[in-house]
Amino acid sequence: MNIAILGTGCPKCKRTTDVVRKAVEEMGVEATIQKIEDIREIMKYRVMMTPAVAIDGQVKISGKVPTVDEVKSLLATGIRV
Amino acid sequence: MVCCEGSGAADPPAGAATVDSRTAARYLGVGLFALGAWWLVYRSLPVFSRWFTFSLVGLAPGSRLSSAVEFFVYDGPKVLLLLILVVFAVGVVRSFFTPERARRILAGKREAAGNALASMLGIVTPFCSCSAVPLFIGFVTSGVPLGVTFSFLVSAPMINEVALVLLYGLFGWKIAALYAGTGLAVAMVSGWVIGRLGMEKHVEEWVYANPAKPVEGGESQNLSWRDRIHYGLDSVDDIVGKVWPYVLAGIAVGAVIHGYVPENFMAGIMGAGAWWSVPLAVGIGIPMYSNAAGIIPIVQALLGKGAALGTVLAFMMSVIGLSLPEMIILRKVLKVRLIATFAGVVGVGILIVGYLFNVLL
Repeated sequence: MNIAILGTGCPKCKRTTDVVRKAVEEMGVEATIQKIEDIREIMKYRVMMTPAVAIDGQVKISGKVPTVDEVKSLLATGIRV
Repeated sequence: MVCCEGSGAADPPAGAATVDSRTAARYLGVGLFALGAWWLVYRSLPVFSRWFTFSLVGLAPGSRLSSAVEFFVYDGPKVLLLLILVVFAVGVVRSFFTPERARRILAGKREAAGNALASMLGIVTPFCSCSAVPLFIGFVTSGVPLGVTFSFLVSAPMINEVALVLLYGLFGWKIAALYAGTGLAVAMVSGWVIGRLGMEKHVEEWVYANPAKPVEGGESQNLSWRDRIHYGLDSVDDIVGKVWPYVLAGIAVGAVIHGYVPENFMAGIMGAGAWWSVPLAVGIGIPMYSNAAGIIPIVQALLGKGAALGTVLAFMMSVIGLSLPEMIILRKVLKVRLIATFAGVVGVGILIVGYLFNVLL
């Protein structure tokens, strides 16, 4: 699965990256994590607030730093599908 | 750049089950107790600060040091207490608003009404300066007129609860209301003016190529009351947790000025008589960015030493409301001429506010 973290580089976006990495590690899931900082790339996902997290191209969280648990449950759903 | 003030930390999960009456009672009980404790501490601050300065530390009344210390011991905790209470309350209010919702309300509204609405929405919608760009794009590509979007963008950072709390705590409600009122006016009018100038073609073209669409569930925030309370508490954690050092530092500086700078020292530089003080204040303020917390206590000390109210208000608005970092970010979506117009129009609005108050008061 491909996880994209959308953010222009403010502290919240960095925290989101850490949270996502931690969740992926703890779940032992196979995932590529990419940080997208270019605003034009970010806008392709059509979000209104950063930071945002997209899994396999679908925006799942936007506008806040997610908790590790929130990311984990998203990852879990992703695997089942 | 103080980014993301006001969005709060993680939202609690949406749609929790209805709260049973015992939990509700518990929340209510804890809430009332907390409020009562808050009130007691708040009321005892004047007495405490006097006791601390004169009895505990043993400073002589009337000396500069004791003046400064008493100021700090009184105002520091007072402002922090106010901040905690108001940030919590505003956090709860904010849980009712999202940018998607603001966009839906504003889409297709004509000027004037749209400008007024956008300015008011800017206050209650959580806003982070790093989201300025996605938000801008989201608004303009879904039928919100350019001028209306700008009204939102002006009021959102300028009229924030931290600024208002500090103004209320240090200057009283009249000045806080004045700031909010004139800030709204500046937001409405400058947005309207920009709309009239018809500068749509100064928006970068690629913006219109990627219309934002609503994120699933982004608009409907079906949060229970417990979720909203948590959102409020998270906001306190987030905002006050980030801002308190600046508040204390600012009050410390204010305390020093209060105790040591002679009365009317500022009257020469920032008093009503010096007509050039207003443009100077606005000019200095534009490239400066400080969060509201740091600058207001300093402003208080300046006012107390004879600076004119209009000049001080103008300075504050231009520091908080026009930030160089935000304009640099906006360069990605706006051409330079539009950014310059934006800064110019808002700057002039603030200038007018400054002169108006110097003349009226």
